[in-house]
Amino acid sequence: MTLDQTLASLSGVTHRYGAVVALNGLDLNVRRGEILGVLGPNGAGKTTAIKLLLGSLQRQEGEASVFGRAPGAEEVRMRRGAMLQESGISANLTVREHIELFRAYYPAPLSASRLLAMAGLEDLAGRRFGKLSGGQKQRTMFALALAGNPELLFLDEPTAGLDIDARHRLWAEIRSLRESGRTTVLTTHNLDEADALADRVMVIHRGRAIAEGSPARIKARTAGRLVRGVTCIQQDEIAGLPGVIEARTRGRHLEVLTTRAEDLVRELLARDESLSDLSVVAAGLEDAFLALTREGTEDAQ
Amino acid sequence: MTGETGAAGESRGALTELREIQRFSPVRRLRVYLLEARFQFLEVLREPAFAIPTLAFPLLFYLFFGVMMGTGGVPIYLLATYSAFGVLGPSLFGFGIGLASERDTGVLLLKQTTPMPAGAYLFAKVVLAAIFGSVVVLCLFLMAGYLAGAELHRWQWFALAGVLLGGVIPYCALGLAIGAWTKGRAAVAVVNLVFLPMAMLSGLWLPIYMFPDFMQSLALAFPAYHHAQLALKVIGMDAGQPIVLHAGVLAAETLILVAVAAFGFRRADEFTLRWTR
Repeated sequence: MTLDQTLASLSGVTHRYGAVVALNGLDLNVRRGEILGVLGPNGAGKTTAIKLLLGSLQRQEGEASVFGRAPGAEEVRMRRGAMLQESGISANLTVREHIELFRAYYPAPLSASRLLAMAGLEDLAGRRFGKLSGGQKQRTMFALALAGNPELLFLDEPTAGLDIDARHRLWAEIRSLRESGRTTVLTTHNLDEADALADRVMVIHRGRAIAEGSPARIKARTAGRLVRGVTCIQQDEIAGLPGVIEARTRGRHLEVLTTRAEDLVRELLARDESLSDLSVVAAGLEDAFLALTREGTEDAQ
Repeated sequence: MTGETGAAGESRGALTELREIQRFSPVRRLRVYLLEARFQFLEVLREPAFAIPTLAFPLLFYLFFGVMMGTGGVPIYLLATYSAFGVLGPSLFGFGIGLASERDTGVLLLKQTTPMPAGAYLFAKVVLAAIFGSVVVLCLFLMAGYLAGAELHRWQWFALAGVLLGGVIPYCALGLAIGAWTKGRAAVAVVNLVFLPMAMLSGLWLPIYMFPDFMQSLALAFPAYHHAQLALKVIGMDAGQPIVLHAGVLAAETLILVAVAAFGFRRADEFTLRWTR
């Protein structure tokens, strides 16, 4: 067995919902043992890609395979776990009851106590799902995804809507999956999350992969700088300049995200002699991501 | 789903060997069916919005019209029709609204990604309807026997119970079809639009012979009419049409409704029930 063995893949996949193109010739490979972060803004096609790999959507164009089989095959379902967005399991059943039911679906499940421990739910086993907090609900869904002791896990936006504490707690649990030799595909629109968890990140925008690599490499691909200062220049005047990705006003400050910081600073100083409190810093993660998706859009056009 | 083996990506890298998978033994499979039924039942039992109206309406109606106001043959006649009504409710609500809302919340999509057999899910819903239906029928029998003084032969009690519970099958098929074609709140509206008018027009509330002729002809279209007539036949109070007609219409309508449901699932891109298992 080679280390970069492909466990699941999409190849040349195009998917439409009516006239809307959700995926546009997407290629995606999941390698054994990795945590693959599929990163993209809302509506990029991440969930569609996951649903195709889960066999929950009818394939339209291109190929989808998991463990070398059709994604919906029974053997595949036995070896795979999934956490989907907004799956509201019954509010009236307790955490333990949900776990017991999902364990019964699989031929060789993990024990209930192990699952409760892995998801940090020991103290909540007897509580009804409807009475849990958002983070506790997500941890329950996480436990259900692990019920069958899967080799491959799909986590679709696992921390969406969670506060920072709950998010970090789930992150720790997801990280521990790699140590147990599992392969995980994680979708997120949060670059921090991909950075914190993934071995490899794939950026999807408008149904296409626009970048792929280690989280560090993804960040490095954008040499974006954030130029900040107090000025009378309006953001609209700046938006059209070469290299400018985004211009916005934050309180008294004008903030401009650009790939050509030196040109922009020269321009700003020339236009407004009263410019003050000027700073030029490396773009934050969200800004880097924004730059990357803009760049991808331009490539596609 | 597609049924094909996708030979995606580089075939060199693709995993072709499958780990030896422990398949479901028949005993394990039975366990999944029973657990699914048990938990779906628990879920509904803890939901007063389902349990109370489906149980209370037929009992209150019977108490008022059958026990308090009924004279002569009326308590026995209404026992048959209100029991049919009592079986109709949980089948339509459990299957129609239950299925539609579980499609809506995404729990069905989640379960579909697991190896849960689709049959276990459907089985659980039928069992649920049968249990609630049995409780209503039993309560009505007790009220009829002890409060209204209804007297039937022993075989009639048993035959009546059997015919009444048999209604679960066509009524669940109706609920299945509604659940397959509607989602969330739309299902609630459609179920209510079917439930009360069909019960009324099939003669489950007021005896069918009190209706004008054209309405009696209209009733022939509804499964609830044929079900109620079969129940009334057991106590010799039916409209006189042959058993074959009632049973035939019920069987045909059940098949049509299941086909309509299957077509609905196929059309809904996000979920395809696997009928093979």
